[in-house]
Amino acid sequence: MKLYCLSGHPTLPCNVLKFKSTTIMLDCGLDMTSTLNFLPLPLVQSPRLSNLPGWSLKDGNVFLDKELKECSGHVFVDSVPEFCLPETELIDLSTVDVILISNYHCMMALPYITEHTGFTGTVYATEPTVQIGRLLMEELVNFIERVPKAQSASVWKNKDVQRLLPSPLKDAVEVSTWRRCYSLQEVNSALSKIQLVGYSQKIELFGAVQVTPLSSGYALGSSNWIIQSHYEKVSYVSGSSLLTTHPQPMDQASLKNSDVLVLTGLTQIPTANPDGMVGEFFSSLALTVRNGGNVLVPCYPSGVIYDLLECLYQYIDSAGLSSIPFYFISPVANSSLEFSQIFAEWLCHNKQAKVYLPEPPFPHAELIQTNKLKHYPSIHGDFSNDFRQPCVVFTGHPSLRFGDVVHFMELWGKSSLNTVIFTEPDFSYLEALAPYQPLAMKCIYCPIDTRLNFIQVSKLLKEVQPLHVVCPEQYTQPPPAQAHRMDLMIDCQPPPMSYRRAEVLALPFKRRYEKIEIMPELADSLVPMEIKPGISLATVSAVLHTKDNKHVLQPPPRPAPPAGGKKRKRVNDDIPDCKVLKPLLSGSIPVEQFVQTLEKHGFSDIKVEDTSKGHIVLLQEAETLIQIEEDSTHIICDNDEMLRVRLRDLVLKFLQKF
Amino acid sequence: MPEIRVTPLGAGQDVGRSCILVSIGGKNVMLDCGMHMGFNDDRRFPDFSYITRNGRLTDFLDCVIISHFHLDHCGALPYFSEMVGYDGPIYMTHPTQAICPILLEDYRKIAVDKKGEANFFTSQMIKDCMKKVVAVRLHQTVQVDEELQIKAYYAGHVLGAAMFQIKVGSESVVYTGDYNMTPDRHLGAAWIDKCRPNLLITESTYATTIRDSKRCRERDFLKKVHETVERGGKVLIPVFALGRAQELCILLETFWERMNLKAPIYFSTGLTEKANHYYKLFITWTNQKIRKTFVQRNMFEFKHIKAFDRAFADNPGPMVVFATPGMLHAGQSLQIFRKWAGNEKNMVIMPGYCVQGTVGHKILSGQRKLEMEGRQVLEIRMQVEYMSFSAHADAKGIMQLVGQAEPESVLLVHGEAKKMEFLKQKIEQEFRVNCYMPANGETVTLPTSPSIPVGISLGLLKREMAQGLLPDAKKPRLLHGTLIMKDSNFRLVSSEQALKELGLAEHQLRFTCRVHLHDSRKEQETAMRVYSHLKSLLKDHCVQHLPDGSVTVESILIQAAAHSEDPGTKVLLVSWTYQDEELGSYLTSLLKKGLPPAPSGGS
Repeated sequence: MKLYCLSGHPTLPCNVLKFKSTTIMLDCGLDMTSTLNFLPLPLVQSPRLSNLPGWSLKDGNVFLDKELKECSGHVFVDSVPEFCLPETELIDLSTVDVILISNYHCMMALPYITEHTGFTGTVYATEPTVQIGRLLMEELVNFIERVPKAQSASVWKNKDVQRLLPSPLKDAVEVSTWRRCYSLQEVNSALSKIQLVGYSQKIELFGAVQVTPLSSGYALGSSNWIIQSHYEKVSYVSGSSLLTTHPQPMDQASLKNSDVLVLTGLTQIPTANPDGMVGEFFSSLALTVRNGGNVLVPCYPSGVIYDLLECLYQYIDSAGLSSIPFYFISPVANSSLEFSQIFAEWLCHNKQAKVYLPEPPFPHAELIQTNKLKHYPSIHGDFSNDFRQPCVVFTGHPSLRFGDVVHFMELWGKSSLNTVIFTEPDFSYLEALAPYQPLAMKCIYCPIDTRLNFIQVSKLLKEVQPLHVVCPEQYTQPPPAQAHRMDLMIDCQPPPMSYRRAEVLALPFKRRYEKIEIMPELADSLVPMEIKPGISLATVSAVLHTKDNKHVLQPPPRPAPPAGGKKRKRVNDDIPDCKVLKPLLSGSIPVEQFVQTLEKHGFSDIKVEDTSKGHIVLLQEAETLIQIEEDSTHIICDNDEMLRVRLRDLVLKFLQKF
Repeated sequence: MPEIRVTPLGAGQDVGRSCILVSIGGKNVMLDCGMHMGFNDDRRFPDFSYITRNGRLTDFLDCVIISHFHLDHCGALPYFSEMVGYDGPIYMTHPTQAICPILLEDYRKIAVDKKGEANFFTSQMIKDCMKKVVAVRLHQTVQVDEELQIKAYYAGHVLGAAMFQIKVGSESVVYTGDYNMTPDRHLGAAWIDKCRPNLLITESTYATTIRDSKRCRERDFLKKVHETVERGGKVLIPVFALGRAQELCILLETFWERMNLKAPIYFSTGLTEKANHYYKLFITWTNQKIRKTFVQRNMFEFKHIKAFDRAFADNPGPMVVFATPGMLHAGQSLQIFRKWAGNEKNMVIMPGYCVQGTVGHKILSGQRKLEMEGRQVLEIRMQVEYMSFSAHADAKGIMQLVGQAEPESVLLVHGEAKKMEFLKQKIEQEFRVNCYMPANGETVTLPTSPSIPVGISLGLLKREMAQGLLPDAKKPRLLHGTLIMKDSNFRLVSSEQALKELGLAEHQLRFTCRVHLHDSRKEQETAMRVYSHLKSLLKDHCVQHLPDGSVTVESILIQAAAHSEDPGTKVLLVSWTYQDEELGSYLTSLLKKGLPPAPSGGS
């Protein structure tokens, strides 16, 4: 049993598990932090960005200044942004049987895998994961495709060139495998390979393995997965939350008794308390707006934004913000808001109860109805007519490299009245802001990451007691910036096995048993006997049938009826099959009782001699000798089958068969 | 012998008050808990005394499962749980859980407020009853207890309707509830995997009907409505608030839009407005098309269909009114019917099945004079049309489902005895499985023979499987092992491992037989002759002549020795263990017959 680790990003995992005869990919995360090395894609021509000076090597290499631009001391690639794919060379991805998706953030690399590796299997995900995942992909494609960029830089990726570049470009990993965004067609094709599943649904894979998604409490439809056979259990925990936000609570009990628990997707900001961050978010927002400034919230079109809008709904009137327009701009804003209302079965209890009334589960329906929240597909069109300042804008992409957010950064960056508030934890806000420097705008960092922190992890592990924990190497040491915080790492016994990108781990499994079914007719013929109190034994001789990885024991065929008449049989017909096994024997033979038994059965003239290891019983008349020792009996006699069988049966009376 | 027992308390050879008791693997499950629309006395609820005469409901039943929100499937629930007394879990899907209490309250109001019935369940009882409900999702495996698990499948029929698989160990029963096998304008078709249950309990409302295509029926319906409206008549469509109502609304809405019609369409108030809202929020339960397009256009937001006010019934001019309930047995639909029945320009369209005893059933069976309360006689002049829009599977659909699930036997409920008889024969002929159709209170017993799951040690299994791959697999190979049974833990291991685990030593039992041969040659030569003789006879066995002069056949050892007294006789010592007994005893009898004469030079 092996784990192939294809991603080095702990919250955007991509692992392949070989379990029994199946090959299972766990998540398909796409590392988008690579885009931070690129210049933003402005929706509207930006003189500032297009006039940035080119960057050249000191030896005056002229080719690079077209590809690389400098902004406030940082160097950026001026090209279509590219993403860092999971490792595709470590294992032949066409052999992957199934892909299990845990949440919509962890499926963004799916089109690269399903469309370009010869993959022919099935992808399993919950309905909200697929619907919202589709929205995220559509948004991404839309952001990139609506700003066509002719240039695709490649010279800088040359290894000899790259090592001469300044950080962080110099240190960027696997740049040769970075790829441009997929097309909508590839998205549709990838998503068509998904089969929808529900929590606690047991899915059989080839009769050998059963996989089950469980609620993970992190996002709409987010799941952890159980991968098990009858005797082995792997739990895959990815992006889980114990906080009460909108999704259904995490199912912890079902993770119990795992042989191996693969733990990924913990909080990226272990020192920040999400509730505190929400408080800070609203106070900064209110302060900026009261001072006449605008607030920009770079965000994904689904997820925490639902919770923020809900808080907003409760906060808006008491904070005197009811006259401030709130805008949500995304090509999928409308769909995201609509979809959030139809997944009642995937929501927490309170929200479910509202649907029973029937009322929409999220109050943003009311914000929209009362015109407090308006949503637009982009800054073009209706938005430009409705746009009033000061206002609050929720828009993507949180990397600040593409999407409508680029426009607002350019528009509002020069005024200190405005504020950009970072809530998404996936990108370093300083790096995200780098190509916009120098900035006058205020920057507030309120990362809201509801995923498990290390205290919760240690509680969880105590609760579910896995035999072994496997996790990304980042979780086995404190974060580099807080090297003294020994509490910011996974602490468990035995210590976790860690993995890094492109590593293969042998999982500590000892498979000992397999399920087999005993057919009722066979079961009826078994004769159990009690060996020790509470333990019974039965010897089984049966025919094994194996089909579709399922094993069945059937009764042995009845011996063919003896050939009638006195017809002579050919010698060969009589030769017994040496493969018919007889049971093993156990026990010992008490000599005195044995002799008594012999006498009872008509043997006389019995003599017993003691030897160093036991006894010899002599049947003088029959010229037979029986050596009896603790663990063996040897009957030496003339070729008299009747006699031999009689003696055998008497011996067997004292022994147990196995 | 294990068995599965099924006893309908309702819906046995009848439509109404569905309630079926199933005993499987020592567990007792009640499927549905409905009321009968055709009765107003005790017979309207299932006869729970069948259980209670032997003890409490909660003690007897492990769980109750409700298939969908129609009252003939859940109408007796508050009576059952709060008045008779049941505190165990009640399982149903989320939409059913949402809608069921509303219909129950509606039912209660009609019974108590309008008909003045005493001793009926109260609003509080409905609430208390719903607190015992556990919601399930499609395809989720719900572990009711350690052994009993249930799983819901999509059934179409109405919003949230589900079929349920009930499973204990390797034994299972599937109960369909009501279902339809063709997608309609708002719901998808029922689907189940090849789960091969021991028993499939299926509804059989349309056991003998094979309906023409849905399109034809829709066209027919629209034509009739259109003609009536054109000639200035009023159309009454009695419906249940949820289900057909939405399908027909979508149908009329799109038709009105396309034909640019102006006649008003009304929906009787209260329930139905709310109902549309449920459809919007549970849109994931509707059909593919509606789900796909709901962001752009929600099919349950109707432009042409307005809320109805009872005063509108007397308005002049054409109109179409959807009114509840569907079988004209009470409420608004019956009131409107009485107003409009006398005018031959008007039309009533019954879009679904009507239970015996209801006004709907009477007019459909051709009665034109109805005796109403207070000896009043109502003469029916309006046109009466029946259109089978109710979403039940027809005979073809039922056969299709049986084919999908591949049950070992089938049991019919929720249908009329005569029609069941016909379908039963058809199922028995086509699928060669037993088909049952018990009446209420009658028990069907099915013996089952579940196989027993045990754990086999991987070493033993792999050894056997490796040998199973050998070419001489002509003869079935026997696997030999020891089953260790400790509490409920059953493991099959090799005999050696069993001995080891129990800390026991093996006791070797060995036999050595003396076989006397007339042969005056040297022992070595005798051994050589034995070797060639056996080698030529036992082609399939490993026969070896060892350097020390002994001969082995597999693990059986043969040595030749001189006779102590007779130099013309040699003694063959044939030695084998108990495990090789058959071959050993065969060899001795073979050698006893003597050796063939030596080819040459023998004396």
